[in-house]
Amino acid sequence: MRIALFSTCIVDGMYPKVAKATVDILERLGHEVVYPQGQTCCSQMHVNSGYFDDAYPIVKNHVESFEEWDFDVAVAPSGSCVASLGHQQPMIARHGGNEDLAKRAEMLADRTFELSNLLIDVLGITNASEQLGSYFPHHVTFHSSCHGMRLLHLGTRQQDLLRTVEGLEYTQIEDIDQCCGFGGTFSFKNADTSGAMVADKVMHIEKTGASVCAGGDVSCLMNIGGALSRKKSDVRTLHFAEILASTKESPLKIDGPVSLSIAGGK
Amino acid sequence: MTAVSLGMPRVYHGEGNIFETEAFPKYAAKELTNEQLRANLGFATHKIRTKREHVVGELPDWQGLRTAGSMIKQRVMANLPEYLEMFEKNFTAAGGHVHWARNAEEANQIALDLIRAEGVDEVIKIKSMATAETGLNEYLRENGVEAIETDLAEEIVQLADDRPSHILVPAIHFNRTQIRDIFLKKIDGVSVDLSNDPADLAEASRIRLRDKFLQSKVAVSGVNFGIAETGSLSIVESEGNGRMCLTLPDTLISFMGIEKLLPSFEDFEVFLQLLPRSSTGERMNPYTSLWTGVTPGDGPQNMHVILIDNGRTAVLDDEVGRQALHCIRCSACMNVCPVYERAGGHAYGSTYPGPIGAILSPQLGGIENEYNSSLPFASSLCGACYDACPVKINIPDVLVHLRGKAVDHEKAQGDFKGGKKDPHYQMDAMMFGAKQLFSSGKLMSLAEKGLPMSKLVTGKDHKISKFPGLVGGWTKYRDIPEPPKESFRNWWKKEAPKASRRDSSERVDIQALIEQNKGKVVEAHQQAEQRGQTIAHPAEEKEQ
Repeated sequence: MRIALFSTCIVDGMYPKVAKATVDILERLGHEVVYPQGQTCCSQMHVNSGYFDDAYPIVKNHVESFEEWDFDVAVAPSGSCVASLGHQQPMIARHGGNEDLAKRAEMLADRTFELSNLLIDVLGITNASEQLGSYFPHHVTFHSSCHGMRLLHLGTRQQDLLRTVEGLEYTQIEDIDQCCGFGGTFSFKNADTSGAMVADKVMHIEKTGASVCAGGDVSCLMNIGGALSRKKSDVRTLHFAEILASTKESPLKIDGPVSLSIAGGK
Repeated sequence: MTAVSLGMPRVYHGEGNIFETEAFPKYAAKELTNEQLRANLGFATHKIRTKREHVVGELPDWQGLRTAGSMIKQRVMANLPEYLEMFEKNFTAAGGHVHWARNAEEANQIALDLIRAEGVDEVIKIKSMATAETGLNEYLRENGVEAIETDLAEEIVQLADDRPSHILVPAIHFNRTQIRDIFLKKIDGVSVDLSNDPADLAEASRIRLRDKFLQSKVAVSGVNFGIAETGSLSIVESEGNGRMCLTLPDTLISFMGIEKLLPSFEDFEVFLQLLPRSSTGERMNPYTSLWTGVTPGDGPQNMHVILIDNGRTAVLDDEVGRQALHCIRCSACMNVCPVYERAGGHAYGSTYPGPIGAILSPQLGGIENEYNSSLPFASSLCGACYDACPVKINIPDVLVHLRGKAVDHEKAQGDFKGGKKDPHYQMDAMMFGAKQLFSSGKLMSLAEKGLPMSKLVTGKDHKISKFPGLVGGWTKYRDIPEPPKESFRNWWKKEAPKASRRDSSERVDIQALIEQNKGKVVEAHQQAEQRGQTIAHPAEEKEQ
């Protein structure tokens, strides 16, 4: 199968290791990954900040970049950005008076999947250890990001994949359905409220005793990780794709700077 | 010849207690330092949340009920003029009097005139959002009439000279010891040994109010539901104080927002299931009063309803925002809201706090209001409110819609009072820059070549701990990690194999694959459950 990767702007610029891990998992399953080079961002930051006119050229760029390529499905290691494609891009196209672009955005959104959604529902993966060779002998807890949970209805897909990783010890966090306080520009426009929210999230994470807090959206993980770092906590944040990509042959180490060596020189 | 405008009729915004007194982030910052308030709020909202989840979970047709509630309200809004006239006709035929108020001032004036006609200087009141919105109590006081709140929590807030901070539990920001202290100070003749036991506190209130109920000639109420087909009104409550107010005095004046109508008695049934479960987390509320006009010799003989617009038609004018008028004031959205839970109700300024307040107040009063325009931004858009709303108001969508309006308005104003330090200026500049970048993959690639430069600011500990300007809000509570040396895009350009373009005829049938893998979600969950800790689905896959 040919899978187009939508890296998302924040993974592309800040967490390339998550995109590499995503590629690694999909190639391990025998799929071809392509990367439409024109892509940038889903436009969510602009939309959620109320800058609809500024969002328009970003939406247009996204749709056109992916239309340049032929592929079977597109995938993104983010629930929030995938939700934005179906939920906000058509709205922005219509706001800009372009019904044709709105329809094309809808069609592209229908073919774009969040990673765990793709792995389980399209590719039939039910056991990370057996089918992906995933190995990660660490104590892990998990933050369930709001948009994956409430807009994409991912349920426990991401956690279920994590929990079948060989060697992984899992502890569920208290109040798992609570927002971490990120919310895009909310995090600095309403800094104090957001700070109070992430402080509670960090407290719950530390209560689990886990050494890693995994998640499916690096934006939330940057918020949580940033607050953990400020507290000088030993707990680190990782995207679940990084954990799924870790194998016995090429294990992801969590002491020292986190980096992932990907088999096959990629 | 004079020019005649054939444009749309102008919309009138409301007035009264529907405005922020300062921008939300500033107000919230002050409230956040109040540890007691946060503890009280956290405790109370978690408790109601759990109760609500339990009783909602019992109903097999909850999602169907929500859909029904939403559709009934859509029908009301689509035919509001007809239903209002139908209600007026039937309420009048049953012996009541209907008054129309364009705004808060008019509603208060009508009520004062009616009260003066009865020659009294004191009235008893049932907890009512509409009268809080119009500021009736303050208005009456200025005109020599005392309004006595008879709902326990409203009474506490009134005695404390405070404002309610929650729709359903107005005194949620007080704990019982604080309440005892208020009673000791403010209720004449209360025993100095008054304990902080809820039963004792209720008894102290009961003794105070009994006399009021028996002596008052005039009562003022809000309305939970008005029924167009029969001209009936209804009040749903827990304490029985409402029933006293509705039956004992001779004159009853009810304040009702024009959106409170239901078409028929049949529709009422849907809402009597939705409201108590969503609001107090009860299967049924203790008292449901329903009255149709005057019955000679029994109950109030002078029955008035004041139908209030106060900005509601302006809300109705907005295709996306009008769903805010579907609200039945249950407060489920604030009980699940992580922002409300931390900042508290007062931070929203208006009578209507929490997520619903953040979309209702700026629409009622106009997004042009300097402070109300901060309300749609007072949310992380987590969506918990939408899931909890019994009439499926898509609050996050309306919030985003209103943010668009706020930005458009602010851009039209065009002046930044604070110059380059003005947060609006910084936001505009940031969004403009990001737009330029995000409109082209080529430009992104070029810009990302500068990533190694970030080393200059991250320093020895590989992180950024202090950032100037707007983003300083981020670094107040968190670090920014050191950016990577190379972006994914630029890495891929170098490392990835060149893929050949292919034809769409080679496409795999994805829908067929999904069909084939239908049971895999459950299978994955079972495989995971076998390996250790059992976990619940954080949010069941629900129908929206």
